[in-house]
Amino acid sequence: MDFRLDPDVAAMKETVRDFIANEVEPKAMQIEQEDRVPDDILEKSKRIGLFGISIPEEYGGMGLNMVGKSAVFEELGKTINGYTTILGAHNGIGSVGIVELGNDEQRSRYLPKMSSGEWIGAFALTEPQAGSNAAAIQTTAVKQGDRYILNGQKIYCTNAPIANVFTVMAVTDKSQGSKGITSFIVEKTFPGFHVGSVEKKMGLHGSQTAQLYFDNLEVPEENVLGTVGMGYVNALKILANGRAGLAARCLGSSEYLLDMSIRYAHERKQFGKPIFEQQVIQHYLADMAVEVETLRSLLYRVAWMMDEGMPTIKEAAMLKLYASEVYNRVADKAVQIHGGVGYIAEYPIERFYRDARITRIYEGTSEIQKNIIASRLGK
Amino acid sequence: MDILVLLKQTFDTEERITVENGKVKEDGVRFVINPYDEYAVEEAIRLKEEHDGTVTILSIGPSRTEEAIRTALAMGADEAVLADDESLFGDEYTAAKVLAAMVKVRNYDLIIGGNQAVDDGSGQVAVRLAEELGIPHISTLTKLEINGTEVVGHRDAEGDVEVVTATLPVLVTAQQGLNEPRYPSLIGIRKAGKKPLTHVTAADLRLSPEDLTARTEIVETYLPKPKEAGRILQGEMNDQVKELVHSLTNVEKVVG
Ligand SMILES: Cc1cc2nc3c(=O)[nH]c(=O)nc-3n(C[C@H](O)[C@H](O)[C@H](O)COP(=O)(O)OP(=O)(O)OC[C@H]3O[C@@H](n4cnc5c(N)ncnc54)[C@H](O)[C@@H]3O)c2cc1C
Repeated sequence: MDFRLDPDVAAMKETVRDFIANEVEPKAMQIEQEDRVPDDILEKSKRIGLFGISIPEEYGGMGLNMVGKSAVFEELGKTINGYTTILGAHNGIGSVGIVELGNDEQRSRYLPKMSSGEWIGAFALTEPQAGSNAAAIQTTAVKQGDRYILNGQKIYCTNAPIANVFTVMAVTDKSQGSKGITSFIVEKTFPGFHVGSVEKKMGLHGSQTAQLYFDNLEVPEENVLGTVGMGYVNALKILANGRAGLAARCLGSSEYLLDMSIRYAHERKQFGKPIFEQQVIQHYLADMAVEVETLRSLLYRVAWMMDEGMPTIKEAAMLKLYASEVYNRVADKAVQIHGGVGYIAEYPIERFYRDARITRIYEGTSEIQKNIIASRLGK
Repeated sequence: MDILVLLKQTFDTEERITVENGKVKEDGVRFVINPYDEYAVEEAIRLKEEHDGTVTILSIGPSRTEEAIRTALAMGADEAVLADDESLFGDEYTAAKVLAAMVKVRNYDLIIGGNQAVDDGSGQVAVRLAEELGIPHISTLTKLEINGTEVVGHRDAEGDVEVVTATLPVLVTAQQGLNEPRYPSLIGIRKAGKKPLTHVTAADLRLSPEDLTARTEIVETYLPKPKEAGRILQGEMNDQVKELVHSLTNVEKVVG
């Protein structure tokens, strides 16, 4: 067993660390307040390649395996989550469908533009009546000649206002239930495609989530992603693939909060000494550190299993569940250690606390992860 | 245009530096491209993008220097040569001899170095190299323009700008303000691993023991004295000015 990172990946992490420190962190408060990532940050992110994390080298991406991707995402997790969610959704659920399931034509049409960031990706599964029960989607896709006509509504689509390419799930054969769903690659310029208003959220400011409306949306037949009728399975695959990236971002954020808390505990004096000298604070920090270390081990093991092509449905669910729960517990303790400062918006702690909350909900709630895990126990 | 860039790896002066047994302690220190050399790398890549050609990194230093070289390759340089044979390490005199031997076997139009290295700050190596090669040099550039073989360099001259012209081949050194170095792209980092990095030894360079004998000796290395708290003068302006003049001439003795 060798837990050392490949030197290339270590160098990438270092570049990402410098980039975040110099370009993103100084504007984190601005992003939070304006709920928008400035264009120059997105442009610079594109230039250094942060939109090609999941894309193979032949299409201009970084060609990283899951361990390498996780290492880069871990570093990205250390800054404002709204910014990293743009990258996470694009490099994760927004592009892995085309990478993993696309045919050669689809890959060469979309991936070069996506790896450069010229085209941003998004994923549209959730509907008003279909959240955890994703197989209950109602958006229809009816074949007419050489195209499909889509009608329906999607909600909570991350990156929708800035995305050009959407992986969309729609029902092609209602009688087949979950086996009657098909995935499509939809461009925002296709006739009948509309983006609705942007949601106001508790956190993840800077990342935009919006509704989509399909009004006789015309999708050419060659834009069917994978096989007709396999859309539900595809969606689960895409989500499972994205779990390591999401977990890595949770890990990075947890590490950041632990570091901030250690520093603060040494600096803050009450009753004539640093609060670090109170055993209860030491124990909080020890608990946080153990959870962060455990998450790191689980993340890189599951990422390695994925790279080895081993079945990981149960392990990926465990990882997503554990990563988001650890992040939330660490964020809660970080607020506690910071006292009032942890609750004041002038400091980053309360922002991470709010941002942490979504990780237990999106890309499959904690409850749904437990269902997946339990259904595979003893098998 | 074929460009050679002189690059040294130095410790990051923004981090804590400790001196132990007369040497800067290397454990736990972060090593980076000497910041002035980073401007040199950036300038070379910009010129290559504008005029085509190649960018080759030349470096002297221990094997850890490879990391800094990889960063330059990731930024867009094409290849690199590293003299990591310990018998090649010495002072500014030997460094210029070693670099001259590395340069002489190559074609080049332009050599760019940093104005100085932030570790020993001598500011000598690049200009000594130009003397060794018998080519002109322009130091501490804040702007560089090249048209055909005509070179125009701008340098800060005590608040004014001095414009110096020369003809290729020429050696120039970079000052802060020349450009804003790019981040290596992540894909560039992947590609850097596949770009050629050659190692050379004293034998390869055919240097005599004479060439490799340092002409200077480091007697002592110590950290600057910690800054003491400043003094804020108070009272009537006239008295303050008098006291200031008195302090500067008699107490601090900064004006004679
Ligand atoms: C900011 C944000 C961004 C998002 N981005 C995207 C995106 O880009 N693309 C996309 O398609 N979707 C996206 N989503 C949707 C997200 O994935 C869903 O909100 C999530 O899957 C939960 O669905 P729901 O909101 O309908 O909750 P529900 O499914 O209604 O769940 C409500 C509660 O019931 C529990 N529950 C439901 N069923 C079960 C069960 N069988 N067993 C146990 N408990 C159960 C849930 O765990 C939860 O606690 C996003 C959501 C948000 C808030």
